[in-house]
Parts: sequence; C-alpha cells; structure tokens
Amino acid sequence: MQDLIKKLVEAFGPSGKEDQVREIVRGEIEAHVDEISVSPLGGLHAIVNPGGGTKVMVAAHMDEIGVIISHIDENGFARFHNIGGVFPHTLVGHRVRFEENVTGVIGVEATVKNTDAPKLSQAFIDFGAGSKADCPVHIGDLGAFTRPFVTLGDRYVAKSMDDRIGVAVAIETAKRLRSTPNEIQFAFTTQEEVGLRGAKTSAYGLDPEVGIALDVTKTGDTPKGIKMAMELGRGPAIKVRDSGLLSDPRVVDLMVRRAEAARIPYQLEVLERGRTDATAIQLTRAGVPVGVISIPCRYVHTPSEMVDASDVENAVNLLQAILEHPVEL
Amino acid sequence: MGLNSPIPARPSAAHLRLLKRLSEAVGIPGSESEVRKIIRAHIEPFADELRTDAMGNLLVIRKGPGRRRLRVMLAAHMDEVGFMVISVGSEGELKFETVGGLDPRQLLGKPVWVGKDRLPGVIGGKPVHLATREELKQTVKVESMAIDIGVSKKETAEGKVEAGAGATFATPFRRIRGMVRGKALDDRMGVAILAELLEHPPEGIELQAAFTVQEEVGLRGARIAAHALNPEVAIVLDCTPARDLPAWDGEENTQYNAKLGLGPAIYVADARTLAHPGMLRHLVHTAESSGIPYQIRQPGGGGTDAGAIHLTREGIPSISVSVPARYIHTACSIATVSDWRNTVRLVHAAVSGLSVSVLGR
Repeated sequence: MQDLIKKLVEAFGPSGKEDQVREIVRGEIEAHVDEISVSPLGGLHAIVNPGGGTKVMVAAHMDEIGVIISHIDENGFARFHNIGGVFPHTLVGHRVRFEENVTGVIGVEATVKNTDAPKLSQAFIDFGAGSKADCPVHIGDLGAFTRPFVTLGDRYVAKSMDDRIGVAVAIETAKRLRSTPNEIQFAFTTQEEVGLRGAKTSAYGLDPEVGIALDVTKTGDTPKGIKMAMELGRGPAIKVRDSGLLSDPRVVDLMVRRAEAARIPYQLEVLERGRTDATAIQLTRAGVPVGVISIPCRYVHTPSEMVDASDVENAVNLLQAILEHPVEL
Repeated sequence: MGLNSPIPARPSAAHLRLLKRLSEAVGIPGSESEVRKIIRAHIEPFADELRTDAMGNLLVIRKGPGRRRLRVMLAAHMDEVGFMVISVGSEGELKFETVGGLDPRQLLGKPVWVGKDRLPGVIGGKPVHLATREELKQTVKVESMAIDIGVSKKETAEGKVEAGAGATFATPFRRIRGMVRGKALDDRMGVAILAELLEHPPEGIELQAAFTVQEEVGLRGARIAAHALNPEVAIVLDCTPARDLPAWDGEENTQYNAKLGLGPAIYVADARTLAHPGMLRHLVHTAESSGIPYQIRQPGGGGTDAGAIHLTREGIPSISVSVPARYIHTACSIATVSDWRNTVRLVHAAVSGLSVSVLGR
C-alpha cells in the first residue's frame, strides 16, 4: 500500500485540475469494480455490485490545495491567488509545480519582516525567467505544492495526505473487498478544498442511501497542540461532528459496532474547525444519512502532512468490515 | 467565422436604446419587474417559449433547427445593487438599507430614484462647512444616512413611498464616443447581450436564455433557473470590475482584475467557480481562431451566477464571460463599446461551435 500512497501523494492535482490523480485512480481500481464513469465536474465514480442492496456512497477527494497565476510582471515574476486553504506562513521557500513539469519557487517582497507572515499579495513565484516573455506560465494556470513522499519510522509524510490518503484507503478497500451485499459507489471527488463542490454534484447523480466520507482530521498530540482528543497511532477516527456536520448517529453506531466486532482500534472525533465532503452529501436531494472515517493527520495544509501507517491500515480494515456487511440503519 | 458573424461590430441604434433603457431601469434584487418588462417586450418575437418562474426569473427558449440540439443555458442577471426603504422618519426622510455589495463611502451626495414611480431623491450629506476635522476622516454609516425626496412631512412621504420600496442611483445613460457610461452596467450589459443573442441565435443548439433575479444577494435566481432548465452546458454573461488605471505610486499595477478595451474577460477561477476546462479551452480557441480580442480575468474573489449553476443537479459544465467596466457597484460605471461588441461576437461564435466533445474531460 505504501507504493500506492507514494504514487498518489506525489501526483499533481490542485482543485479543478485533478486529471492526473483521476487517471492513477482509474488504473488502480478499474479491475476491481463493475462500472466506472466520470462526472461533469471531473469526479470518478466506480461502482461495485450495482443494483444490489443499500446504495452506499464512499467519497474521497482527489484535489489538493494550490495556487493560480493572477499576473506576470515585467521582470517575469508571477503573482498568484490561493486555491483552497493556503496558509501564508507556509509559503516562503516553498516550491510549486505546474502541468508540464514547470517548477517555481515562492519569494516575498523584501518589505515583509522575516518574523512576519506575508500576505498572499506580497508573495510571488520565481520561475527563473528574466522577463515576462520568458515566464513559462500564463494567467489562470493552476499550480500545486511539490515535496517528495518520505517515511519517518511508522509515519508517512507528504504534501497532500489531505486527501490522497483517503483516496488510497478507498482504492485499497476496493481491492480487498471479498463480497458485499450493498451497492458500493466509490466517488473520487473534485474541488473539495474550494467548497465541497464535486461531492455535491456526485451525490446528486449517485443518489445514495448512505454516505461515508474518507478524509483527514487534525490531532491534539503535538507540543502546545490544539485541544483535541486525537492522536496518531490510536486508530482511525469515527467522526461525531465537525463545523459543518453532525454525523448521523445511526451511521456512527454502525461504524463503532463494526470496529468493535472486528477488534479494530478507533477514536471518536469532534473537530472544532473543518469540514468534509460528508456535509455536501448529507444535504443532497431529500437528505442522506452520513458518517466519516477520518485518518488522524498532523500539520494539515502544510508541505509535510503526517499520518500513521497503522491508522491507515485500520481505516481500510474498518471500511472493509462496514462494506462487507449489510449497511442497515 | 469572424467574417461571417451576423453580429455587427458597431451597435445598432436599437441596441444602444435597449442598453440605455436597461441601464436606467430601477431593479434592486427581488424587484426586477421593470427590467423584466423591457426585456420581454424586446425578445418576445424571437421566443419559442417564454415564462416567468416562481422567483421572477425570465426563462426564454429559442430552438434551433435539427433534432439533437445541445441545451445551452446563457444567463445574465436583471438585478442591480441598490437601496431598500425601511422606514419614513419624522421629517419625511427615508431611512434605508443597502441591498447587495455597496461601499458606504460611495453613497453620500448621490441622487437616487425611489420606488416604481421613480421619485427623485438624494442621499443627503453634511455640507463641508459644518463637518469637523474628525468627521472628515471617518466613514459615515449607512444607518445614519437618509434619502431626501423633498417633502417635509412624514405623512406626505408616507403617501408616496412605503417601506420595502426599492431605490437606485439616478444616473442617466450616456454614450461618449467609444465608451458607454451609466449605472447598473453590472449586469444590464449582460442582459442586453443575451437579448441580442436571442435575436441572432447561434445555430445547432437549443438556446435557454435565463434572465435571472437576486444575483447580487447570493446567486439565488440562477440556482432554480438551472434546475428547471437542466442544461448540458452554461455560459454566464456578466460585468466585471476593471481597476486598470495606473497605480498612484508608479508601481506596476498587479491587481487590476480586468482592463478596458482588451476584449471580453474569460473566467478561470473566482470565489465561487472553477471554470470547466473544456469550455475554457473552447472560448480561448474560438477567440483566437476568429480574431476576437479577449483577456483572462485575473483569478481571485467575486462570483457570478455560474457559482450556482455549475453545482446544479449532477453538475453542469459552466464558465463566465464578462464585459469589463470601471467603477461598478457605484453610481456610475464605464465600459467600452468595443468590449461590449466583442463579447457578443465571442459568445455567438463560441456557442455556434459547441459540440459534446468540448464538454469531455
């Protein structure tokens, strides 16, 4: 599974340009599902056992935060706007990649004190170009941060664990699934980081009876960390609430029951700030009961997002246990 | 393609007159009927189907020839930012709230039209003689402003205006050589363009024209219009700020949003929408192969009806094209005739060349 994770997290996929990720997912999952299609917003829908039992949508988003070029100045420096939640204090010295393997480094105006976080409008991208004409990007080009995948002990570190780790969990579960009494609708969604957009339209199209989102959540286990009972290595999290969701209690109960029956460690999650695709799915059409399996992750939306290998493995085990049994609320 | 375009490069007298009437119409969000009437009278002869929906959107279908016609929604919003009267004060002055995004610093001293009868009024400001040095540095709050309609008694005012009445800036429309100047070019410019496209519909498609309501308060009308029309693709016609004059300190202006005279502004990303990549390629390709100037609007904030439309049902491939205009959401905006005409030409050519393959990923 580590090879799959590495391939996914190193892929290029800012919101709106998820094509490379989608092709990786398609290649990995095609042999393990019955139907596959692409939604108008670019999401990949992969269906297992169509027409059988409860329709369960399992959503993981392919996109990652990034940048979009807004101006190229006379000396070839590019100004940019954020795509999703980009924190200015993570920018300086960071590298960004565009399609066709163009890379640039981020600098800031010298008027910004190096003890202060710059405003986005004070940052620029240097492509090594000497003039406007030499600049290899254009206004409107989408870029993503770049950083290689590394392992640190039992931990995986990469730029886009949010949410390629959810994508990896979905793919791995599809591969291991022995049989299911449900119709499983794997939805690899787009544009989550800019407002849960792909999940909204995918949920409308798939019209599920139950929804499960796979995404990362924050932890409280770092020095002077946020107050949150969530640690790496203590198992996947079953979300109870976040700032956009109250999970359906029946889905939470079902997840807890399956975890306990299969002796899978889990943590119950209450996240003060953050949302997932589950929020959009829940409010689709006449309403959908939803829950979320979260993978605890340190340093979310920074170049080095960290998850624990056993949490990832147990997230697969939990999802597999849920999907192999009837999903009845 | 460009040479054969049925869209004239110069505006006809009739289209200038239409734009003038639209610009001068009073139509805050929720009270778009005056605008709707003007459009309806203009486009009725060209409509195969026409209806006003529950929220007041004017939905017009024009079917082209052929059997398998792509359903193409073109949307432009009828509403404009403005004011709503909330009460009448003891001296007949009208207390109001703003509706849609307005800068309180832009309001004092501006003439306005109030209500269906277009009563002339003014948002009164304190003469400079009486203002203290401190006051001159402060922004006056909307709560402390009032519209003066020239009556001195509460009862007289109440006989003329009721709470809930709409008001807008009272700016007569003018053409000044290559420019047009008026209020509410956001988005009466888009409305005028859409009306003209109904007269000269692109071939091979079913044109679903949506003149929408309540865009300025949250893209509300477009949401239900898109659900009802259920199009296969959508283009939103709007008006975007051009903050293109040189920076005061001589530094390079890096945040202009769009520039006058460079042609229609094609959107890649705003706060509400990431443009469909196939539609983006198609519009750029159409402009380049037809010799129509265009610009990419600077990615950033803001939003158009596309924000609601593209998330409708299973998702609708969508993009926005705007005419750049200076000073929008103020009493007086300025756009160029050439950007207007080139936007009509670009959208006409792009829709004429649409095929299902454009909508692929």
